[in-house]
Amino acid sequence: MSDDVWILGINMTKFGKHPDKDSVDLAAEAATAALADAGTDISKMGILAAGNLLGGSHIGQMLQKQIGQTGIPVYNVANACATGATALRTAIMAVKAGEADYGLAVGVEKLAGAGLLAGGSRGADSKTWEPSGRYGSVAPIDGRIGTEIMPGVFAQVGMEYLYRNEYSGTAFELFARISEKNHAHSTLNPLAAYTKRMSLEEIMNDVMIAYPNTRPMCSANCDGAAAAVVVSGSVLKTLSQEQQKRAVKVAASILTSDPWEEACQILPDVNTLTRNAAKQAYEQAGVSPADLDLVELHDCFATAELVHYDNLMLCEPGGAVDFFESGATWRDGSTPVNVSGGLESKGHPIAATGIANVWEICHHLRGEAGDRQIEGAKVGLAHVIGLGSACGIHILEKAA
Amino acid sequence: MSAQIPLVDYLVLGDAPHLVAHECTACGARFFDRRNACANCSKTDFRSVDIPTEGVLRTFTIVTFAAPGIAVPYVAGVVECGGTSVRANIVNCDPTPEAVSLGMKVKLVTVPVGTDEAGTEAVGFGFEPA
Repeated sequence: MSDDVWILGINMTKFGKHPDKDSVDLAAEAATAALADAGTDISKMGILAAGNLLGGSHIGQMLQKQIGQTGIPVYNVANACATGATALRTAIMAVKAGEADYGLAVGVEKLAGAGLLAGGSRGADSKTWEPSGRYGSVAPIDGRIGTEIMPGVFAQVGMEYLYRNEYSGTAFELFARISEKNHAHSTLNPLAAYTKRMSLEEIMNDVMIAYPNTRPMCSANCDGAAAAVVVSGSVLKTLSQEQQKRAVKVAASILTSDPWEEACQILPDVNTLTRNAAKQAYEQAGVSPADLDLVELHDCFATAELVHYDNLMLCEPGGAVDFFESGATWRDGSTPVNVSGGLESKGHPIAATGIANVWEICHHLRGEAGDRQIEGAKVGLAHVIGLGSACGIHILEKAA
Repeated sequence: MSAQIPLVDYLVLGDAPHLVAHECTACGARFFDRRNACANCSKTDFRSVDIPTEGVLRTFTIVTFAAPGIAVPYVAGVVECGGTSVRANIVNCDPTPEAVSLGMKVKLVTVPVGTDEAGTEAVGFGFEPA
């Protein structure tokens, strides 16, 4: 039962506007391509885990009805922006438990043209004040007591790191330079929604959404899907040389939620659960952060990327600013972060992202990343956070 | 004076407006919402505690887009009041990065929200530079 689990095939669609394709079209495209990449077909899958956060709650079955109703167990999963990683984790768990030889995980979202995402409710004001809800509120709280919009929540997350670590520089410019890195990286990724290099000035002069996050510093709303086929190590050994050569080992697959910390119900704590997930992942994989050749982490906003350098222990505790400023996280640095362009430019079709960033890692580990290949990549880490909260981390290793 | 009602039930109005929290009697964790249990230790006994009205701004953002009826830009942040973190807007100061700073000292003030058809005024809170 404690067999290795491998990614046998994986695919992501081009992220961007797909007005003529619905969610099932995109999910089917990614799933069919992942199965083909794996050299297998739907009939072999023993489990399907699928996520589509903003759609209905049965994307798995809708997908089956297009590409193959084989009667296997379907787990429709949701964990906000960690939905894709949750789907992958679910498929991996089933294979690891010996309940399936092969699993299929799919994440899809249609988000192009969506406005600002906000947590909480935003009801209209009523005619007389009536307390309701857990805070006995008489009117919507968003905008009156803090903000619920995501760019604002994550702006505070980044600024809080600077406060705790007594940063004395210019916050806005620091975060804008993280965005500059990711937009520069995206120019090499044909699957990214946006592939335009942006100067620091262009980024800082763009529309301000929630200081210090301007529009290009926010994850791009777009359509997209990603899918992965996982297989047990014992079955992999029976497959072709080609399949075995291109298979990527799942060295760690971890999901955490946020443990209670003071203030965690005031401002989401995306730090503790990431650090917990990272520790578990490094231990499960038997690697340390120094072993990572590349990292795809959850830059839902430029302000979020900074804190995850620390949470993922890529740098010394409290050292995220120095780490970034050393150039370490550019593609030619010691720890390339988000060479795909990150969520800021590759895009963030919510349920797809957790599998799409695993795809990016696999692409490099297989030596197939062309112009943006991180040379000699052997080990990579993919990380997503969904508010509420959930953190998914996968560590992938190149086949020997 | 017309009737007043607090925007949220953890705001106490009157001569000395302040916030109250539910404090778990077992572990001391504090919450502002109606509780089913303590999220830290799962116990179910709470006492009411008054939160200090002065604090330090731990983090903030300046939001430029909001629902209709909310003036923008506005400053949203977290104020640490004697060990308890409070979500709030920063008010009575320019909503600019020059006027607002991390670590700024702030104090609780009430903020009018509006009057309903029965003439009752809803009153909220914010923190202003101290």
